[in-house]
Amino acid sequence: MNGAPSLRTPSQRIAWTTTIVASTLVFFFLMAPILAIMPLSFSSGSYLTYPLPGLSLRWYEDFIGSPRWMMSLKNSMIIGVAATVLSMVLGTLAALGLAQWKSKFKPLVLAVVLSPVVVPGVITAVGLYFFFAPIGLTGSYLGLILAHTALATPFVVIPVSATLQSFDMNLARAAASLGASPLYAFRRVILPLILPGLASGALFAFATSFDEVIIVLFMAGPEQRTLPREMFSGMRENISPTITAAAVILTTVSVILLATLEGLRRRNERLKGNSA
Amino acid sequence: MAEAFLTGTDAPTGVPLKRRLRRAERARQFKALALILPLLLFLLFTFLGPIAGMLWRSVDDWEVGKVLPHTVAALADWDGKDVPDEKAYAALADDIQAARAAGTIAIASKRLNYALNGFRTILASTARNLKAAPEPGTAKETLGKINPAWGERATWTAIKGASGPITSFYLLAALDLTRNVDGAIVAAPPDQAIYRDLFARTFTISFGVTVLCLILGFPVAYLLAALPPGRSNLLMIFVLLPFWTSLLVRTCAWIVLLQKEGVVNDSLRWLGIIDEPLRLIYNRFGVVVAMTHVLLPFMILPLYSSMKAISPAYMRAAASLGASPVTAFLRIYLPQTLPGIGAGCLLVFILALGYYITPALVGGAPDQMISYFIALYTTETVNWGLASALGAVLLFATLLLAAVYGKLVSGQQVTGGMKN
Repeated sequence: MNGAPSLRTPSQRIAWTTTIVASTLVFFFLMAPILAIMPLSFSSGSYLTYPLPGLSLRWYEDFIGSPRWMMSLKNSMIIGVAATVLSMVLGTLAALGLAQWKSKFKPLVLAVVLSPVVVPGVITAVGLYFFFAPIGLTGSYLGLILAHTALATPFVVIPVSATLQSFDMNLARAAASLGASPLYAFRRVILPLILPGLASGALFAFATSFDEVIIVLFMAGPEQRTLPREMFSGMRENISPTITAAAVILTTVSVILLATLEGLRRRNERLKGNSA
Repeated sequence: MAEAFLTGTDAPTGVPLKRRLRRAERARQFKALALILPLLLFLLFTFLGPIAGMLWRSVDDWEVGKVLPHTVAALADWDGKDVPDEKAYAALADDIQAARAAGTIAIASKRLNYALNGFRTILASTARNLKAAPEPGTAKETLGKINPAWGERATWTAIKGASGPITSFYLLAALDLTRNVDGAIVAAPPDQAIYRDLFARTFTISFGVTVLCLILGFPVAYLLAALPPGRSNLLMIFVLLPFWTSLLVRTCAWIVLLQKEGVVNDSLRWLGIIDEPLRLIYNRFGVVVAMTHVLLPFMILPLYSSMKAISPAYMRAAASLGASPVTAFLRIYLPQTLPGIGAGCLLVFILALGYYITPALVGGAPDQMISYFIALYTTETVNWGLASALGAVLLFATLLLAAVYGKLVSGQQVTGGMKN
């Protein structure tokens, strides 16, 4: 295999072949479930197995025709977009502040800001359930948006901070010395340069909210059920092919997000002029 | 003079330069803090507050003090050696009548029933039979006639133990411990001692998943690190796509694959390997397979970045010095991947500990992990104290491991989504 490290001895060649075989099996393990579920959603029959009796879009029609599924898709979008916007504002401001703040408390503040990532979902959900129920925030969009924002903000702070680290603050000083107001300098100099970081932060934030189900399980009323929540109840009962259609729709959203992120990364590498 | 020059006190503006610089820096720091503050306040309300509230609930013990306030007051100076005196009995009779009028008996009996099994019946029968008008004889005799349990020390110990305002009851229960009638901490009765097993099961599953992820992830990370960037970027899609695919979708896919009439069983039957469908899901096997699938990217990514940082020159140097490939791998390559192995294993283990959705959907009753019980006690049986205590133990374990992880990867950038 070309591109492999220099292989001189037979034992090295065996080791390399083993690596390739093992990796192929693992890649198969990683991809097979996702690839296997997709064609089933196009089946004309209602059994979730192969061979398919025929192809049809009936399960997608079922999905689109079902008020329950469509409402859940709409809810996922509303909550996802709102949580993304809110976490972008809070996360970007915090990242800008953290880049300049010097204090012995900085590691502590950073740990607090990033802690929603580490704490198990059930603990956050139970805490929020106890906390939000008495003030009427359970069973409301606002409660879910606030909770998802808390979970998503670390995923904004991390990439934006990383971009700011490579940002040359002298550029902001140069803008100021040329007479730009701080706001103007931010808009015309800082913002365009940290935009890739912001964009990947937004994608991560949206994906976090779009995929979240534990908090929704605890806090959503029947009116706020999201797509993953609807899938969860469907999987508790008998899995209908409509769920596989929902799964394909969710996966398509993930692929679009991933492709956008990958595009951003490539663009960034090109701009930096290296391949690190 | 020299001192005045150095401190800048003779500056023309009257304000020393040093102080002005310090003031400017302080203003800058203040502005920076003002940018961080909105997020901190937001997290205080939506994250830290709720978690602190949950921790508080694991020790909060308000029910009995609220429903039976006079009894609690009367028991304050009871030494607990024998049944309390008439004062406590009279207070209890008053409290029960008041609580019956207010309809709050159930609140106290639920809490007391945790402390002493059967307390619900004792309180219910007492509330039912206690006459409004005082009967002849002491309150002690009246209550003893209604239910002989009032003549037992354990009944009163239970009330005193639950009189609040805080209790170690739930936290002890989460560790299979309880207090006996003398207040000493002892092992809980076997029918209630299920939580150590639960923690052991949670740790076993998490550990097994971590080991599997390491075994499966190592060759992949090695391959990705060894290949030239163009190829490895292409293969990386096979890792990143599952990583980005919704947890629900992946769990759903495993159910479709592994269920009785699922793809795997049908294929195996079609191939003639099996006659009867294998039981592949709603058991431990299904949980471990699905969790390994979900968590594998969290192992591969840190392993890959640590391997990517190892210069091939080291291996060449080892070979030129006469090391066999195996020796070079074991002595030169492997030790350099240890930080990556440590980070990956800790990350996978931490995430696995708190798993809820996947075991809930693909596991059977004996495969449920701690998160499942926290959710169960919160929404189904409404034992919030115990739910919070189990949550506190899980949170403590997670934060401890996360602190180790933080030390391990300090300086490294943390990326990736958390899905559980």
